[in-house]
Amino acid sequence: MKVLIAVKRVVDYNVKVRVKPDHTGVDLVNVKMSINPFDEIAVEESVRLLESGQAKELIVVSIGPLQAQETLRSALALGVDRGILVQTDETVEPLHVAKILKVLVEREKPDLILLGKQAIDDDCNQTGQMLGALLGWPQGTFISKLVLQNSEAIVTREVDGGHETLKISLPAVITTDLRLNVPRYPKLPNIMKAKQKPLEILSLETLGIVLSSHHKILKVAEPQTRKAGIKVKDVADLVHHLHEEARII
Amino acid sequence: MTVLIVGEHDNTILTPSSLHMISAAQKLGGDIDLLIAGEGCLQVAQKACKIEGLRKVLLLDKPELGHHGAEAMGEAVVQIGKSYDYIMAPATTFGKNFLPRVAALLDVAQISDVIGIESKDTFVRPIYAGNAIVTLQSNDALKVMTVRPTAFSAVSVGSGTATLENVSASFTARSSVFVDRSAVKSGRPELTAARVVVSGGRGFQNAEKFKMIEVLADQLDAAIGASRAAVDAGYVSNDYQVGQTGKIVAPELYIAIGISGAIQHLAGMKDSKVIVAINKDPDAPIFQIADYSLVGDLFDIVPQLIQSLQDLKT
Repeated sequence: MKVLIAVKRVVDYNVKVRVKPDHTGVDLVNVKMSINPFDEIAVEESVRLLESGQAKELIVVSIGPLQAQETLRSALALGVDRGILVQTDETVEPLHVAKILKVLVEREKPDLILLGKQAIDDDCNQTGQMLGALLGWPQGTFISKLVLQNSEAIVTREVDGGHETLKISLPAVITTDLRLNVPRYPKLPNIMKAKQKPLEILSLETLGIVLSSHHKILKVAEPQTRKAGIKVKDVADLVHHLHEEARII
Repeated sequence: MTVLIVGEHDNTILTPSSLHMISAAQKLGGDIDLLIAGEGCLQVAQKACKIEGLRKVLLLDKPELGHHGAEAMGEAVVQIGKSYDYIMAPATTFGKNFLPRVAALLDVAQISDVIGIESKDTFVRPIYAGNAIVTLQSNDALKVMTVRPTAFSAVSVGSGTATLENVSASFTARSSVFVDRSAVKSGRPELTAARVVVSGGRGFQNAEKFKMIEVLADQLDAAIGASRAAVDAGYVSNDYQVGQTGKIVAPELYIAIGISGAIQHLAGMKDSKVIVAINKDPDAPIFQIADYSLVGDLFDIVPQLIQSLQDLKT
């Protein structure tokens, strides 16, 4: 079985982003970038499928600037076989990404596509579902457990109020939740080996894709800051404040 | 101007999210219809006719939609929604699951987790775990969006006079098959709709001690929340999780106990009206956004707080 994994290069999750003074976006100059944490989980899950003999080939794809090669190399260091970068400096929206991935899916013909459930920069939570729709494939989103058997995927989904189990016939699109697994760290020899693995760089032109933007960003602002609170000395003081002043209890 | 809201329900009860989305839709003006899609959900639709602000309730009763599978929901909402100007669903796991499929099938973008509506084409949403707020102008003719229910007030139920209309849809996509669902039962208010939320973190040390929070929540008629650390450590199940990867809440009172206040947790609760933080680390980031900060050992403080609340009642 062939597995395609889509990864995104994003601001590292530990970084506290700053909005640019001119409100055109957030400041990404000299900010640490990493693989999107949900995508890292998708990579880990695919590597586990490879190790258990259920997957035969893993292909990792990223769409973005030339620096996204690093993100792909980090996936290759974890055990993925080869990488594809669709290079573009344009801003890509989830629908664009889904359309680009669809073209790659038609080229590579994977049996399973793994993506993170959302990117921690745009927080959209759309791409996997959109790709499923464009391909006419079933989906399993926000999954915390994946079992493959008889060309079917049995997935446990994290839903409001509990869990849900679905049986999905392959090929299918699956998006990962944080609880699916704990990604491993790459070992130095594997990082060295990853440099030799094939990494193909494609352009939107060679894939015959033209993107048109669906919306315009008018302003990016800091969220409203909360006014500084007060320190209370003990429980009696706290209850006094909540009861007498805030009148909330 | 017409708006279609896809209502979240379990074929028996409509969640309050629709009431919040209606007031969001009212900011756009025009007629608002509510779609109740499911299996055996006639009663849900009948009750929904009493909600104020609605023109029509559309009932789509099909076995394919019994468990709201994304493939069937996506196709159904496209067929019913394509004649509208806006399609809205709540930014819950229900809406997030199928609405991007609807957008892709209609070849439009989806605007996720809308927290503000500035005009007919201009919307506000959080990015970077709520650390930045983006205002964007959509140029799609049909606008598809998930709406954060806690960002809008709820309309009332009772004197509405919406008409009930049966609608139909056909299905062609390959679908997943529903196996089962495990729900967490509790007699408490629903986390995202509660007036008071009491939330615990890793400071509780184990699942047994975490139960302390239930006694406190009982005193306040509060819902229980948890940080991701508490969930990962196995103190409570993940549907209690508040944060970027869990639930977004905005209650009147949020009490964070033994929670340091990581960015991902703050993203889920920083719009609460009053925030109380109890933590033994005076440098915990949670204190930077708390209205009332109490530094100390939660194992001393929580029992005292429970006692004080009991005294207050008598």
